Amino acid sequence: MATYPTETGHYGSFGGRFVPETLMPAILELEKAFIESKEDPAFQEEMRYYLKQYVGRETPLYYAERLTAILGGPKIYLKREDLNHTGAHKINNTIGQALLTQRMGKKKVVAETGAGQHGVATATVSALLGLECIIFMGKEDVRRQALNVYRMELLGAQVVSVDQGNGTLKDAVNEAMRYWTANVEDTHYIFGTAAGPHPFPQIVRDFQRIIGDETRKQIIEAEGKLPEAIVACVGGGSNAIGMFYPFVDDRDVKMYGVEAGGMGLPTGKHAASLTEGKAGILHGSLSYLLQNDDGQVQEAHSISAGLDYPGVGPEHSYLKDAGRVTYDAVTDEEALEAVRLLSRTEGIIPALESAHAVAYCKKLAPVMDKEDVLVVCLSGRGDKDVNTIREAHETGGNLHD
Amino acid sequence: MTKAQLDAAFLTVSEAGEKAFVPYIMAGDGGLESLNERIRFLADSGATAIELGLPFSDPVADGPTIQAAGIRALEAGTTVQAVLDEVAKEKASRNVPLVIMTYLNPVFAYGVEAFASACAAAGISGLILPDLPLEEEGLVVEALQKHEIALIRLVALTSTPDRIRALAERAEGFLYAVTVAGTTGERATFVDQLGTHLQELKEISKAPVLAGFGVSTPEHVKELSQYCDGVVVGSKIVDALHQGDRQQVAELIRSRKQA
Repeated sequence: MATYPTETGHYGSFGGRFVPETLMPAILELEKAFIESKEDPAFQEEMRYYLKQYVGRETPLYYAERLTAILGGPKIYLKREDLNHTGAHKINNTIGQALLTQRMGKKKVVAETGAGQHGVATATVSALLGLECIIFMGKEDVRRQALNVYRMELLGAQVVSVDQGNGTLKDAVNEAMRYWTANVEDTHYIFGTAAGPHPFPQIVRDFQRIIGDETRKQIIEAEGKLPEAIVACVGGGSNAIGMFYPFVDDRDVKMYGVEAGGMGLPTGKHAASLTEGKAGILHGSLSYLLQNDDGQVQEAHSISAGLDYPGVGPEHSYLKDAGRVTYDAVTDEEALEAVRLLSRTEGIIPALESAHAVAYCKKLAPVMDKEDVLVVCLSGRGDKDVNTIREAHETGGNLHD
Repeated sequence: MTKAQLDAAFLTVSEAGEKAFVPYIMAGDGGLESLNERIRFLADSGATAIELGLPFSDPVADGPTIQAAGIRALEAGTTVQAVLDEVAKEKASRNVPLVIMTYLNPVFAYGVEAFASACAAAGISGLILPDLPLEEEGLVVEALQKHEIALIRLVALTSTPDRIRALAERAEGFLYAVTVAGTTGERATFVDQLGTHLQELKEISKAPVLAGFGVSTPEHVKELSQYCDGVVVGSKIVDALHQGDRQQVAELIRSRKQA
C-alpha cells in the first residue's frame, strides 16, 4: 500500500501545513489524536457501529445495465455513495472527525460548506453527538442552496453567510479558518475535503477510503476481478481519493479524476486546478492551484457548488505528477446531459458533482472493451440540485451570472 | 541595507531608552504612487521600522480592516514587482528599514530565490510570512540568509513552551509576539497573562520582542511596551491613512516616546 504522506505531511513536493502559528499546536494535537485513534480498538468499533447503523453502510456497488447498453462499452458499476444518510459520501468523514473532536475533549465544531453537503453532514453528526456547530457558507452559495441552509438550521447548526470575495467555497474556508484561529482552544475544524494543512488530507482520505475498500471487495465478488478503470469527480477530491487510494498499487487499474470544466477550459471559467493550474499554497497546503502570475488565487467557476474550488488535495497533485491518475475536465453542459442520462436510464438523479464522473463515462466507453469493467463513484444524490438543473434546462444550459 | 539595518534601528531605540514602534501599511492601498511618500511620512513621524503589506487574495491571518485594504490594493492592480520597483526608487535616501509582510503564495509564485534577491536589491530588511510555521521554514531560509533578509517569526498565545523556545532561539530581526488568539484587527482589551507572556519571551529571545495584532490606542502602546521592546500597529494605521487622518497616525507613533 502506498505510504504517503511522510511524517511531515508531504506527498512528494506537495502537502505540508502552511498555517499561522496560532493554529499549529491544534494541528499537532489533532495529528496525535488521529494516530492514537487508529490504534484504539474501541474507537474503531465505534466508527464501524455508526457507519453501519447510522450512515447505512455498506453502500451497494450497482451494475448499471441500461446505462451500459446505451453507452455500448464496458460494464458500468456505480458505487452508490448517494445512498448514505444525508445523501453523499461527506458523512464518512464527518462522523470520524466528530468522534475525534470528542476524543480531544472539544465540544464545538466549525466547518465550511459549498453546496451544503458537507455542512449538512457536519450539522447532522453534531446533532447526533451533541456538539455545538457553526457553518460558514459563501453568500452566493447561501442563495443557490437555500434549502440546505434551512436543513442545517433545522439540525441545530448556526449558519454564517460569508460576504468576502465572490461569496463561494474559497471564501467560506477563509472565514472558517479565521474563526478557528480565534476559537482554537475549544473548537475543532471539521475540514470537508482531502485538502488543507496536514493532517487533514490524510484524515479525510483515511475516513473516505472505505469507499474504495468496499468497492474492491464488491467488484471481486461480482466480476471475479479488479476493474479496468475507475472514475470519480474531483473538487477538493475527497470522494476520489477515498475511491482511488485502495487501488493505487494495482497498476492495471486505470484511474480518472474528473474536474469541473465549467463553461469550457478555453474560457478560463472553470474549476480545473489539476488540469489547468500550477503549484501554489492555499488553505494550508501546497498543491495545484488556479492562480494568476502574481500568485493571487483565482475564482473557480462551476455549475456544481461542490466542485467550485480553485485548489485541490495535495495527494491528487502527487498522483498526477506520478502519472498514476489521469485528470481531465467535463463542462457544465456535459454534466447536465449526464444528469438527464442517468435519471432516464437508471432512475437515479445524481448530484451535479457526481454527474461530472458519469459524463466522463461517455468519453471512456468508446475506447474500452465490452468485457472491461468500469466503476464510477456516484458520490451524491441530486435532490439538492433539482432547482439548479431545472433552471439550467429552461435557460438552455448556461447558469453562470 | 539589509537585516543589519533593522538590527541597528532597534539598537538605536533601546540605547536611547525608548521603545520601538513599527507601523503596518498595505502597499498599493491609496495608490502605489503615494507609497514612498507614506513611508517618508511614517519615518518622519518616528517609526522605528515599517511593515509593508503585499496584498494576497486569501489573507487568512487578517481581520476585516486589512482584508479590505488588500482588496483595494489588488483592485488598483498592485503586483509584487510593481511594489518592489517602487520601493527600490528611494532605497539610497531612505532612513528607515522596511519589512515585507505577505503570505507564502505570492513569494512562491515569484520564486523564493528571485524574491529574496529582488528584496535585497530594493533595500528590504526582513520578511514576515504568517502562514509559514517553523515546520515549513525550509522553503525559504536558505534564500533569505543568502540575501541577508531576516525571517521574522511569529509566536502565538497558543504556542507550547517547546515551540516558544525554538522560535525564540531562531529569532532574527524581531520576534513578533501575537497578542491575541485570532486575526489582525482592533481589540478593546488583552488577556491578563499577556504581560507575563511578553516578559518571558523577552528573556529568552535572541532578537527584540515586539507585540502586535489588535494594538490600536496610545494606551495599548504604553501598556504593552512596558513588557517588551515595542509594538507593531496595523489595522489602526491602515484605517487612519485610508480616512486621511494623518494626525492620528503621528500621535500613535509619538506615544512610543512616553512608553
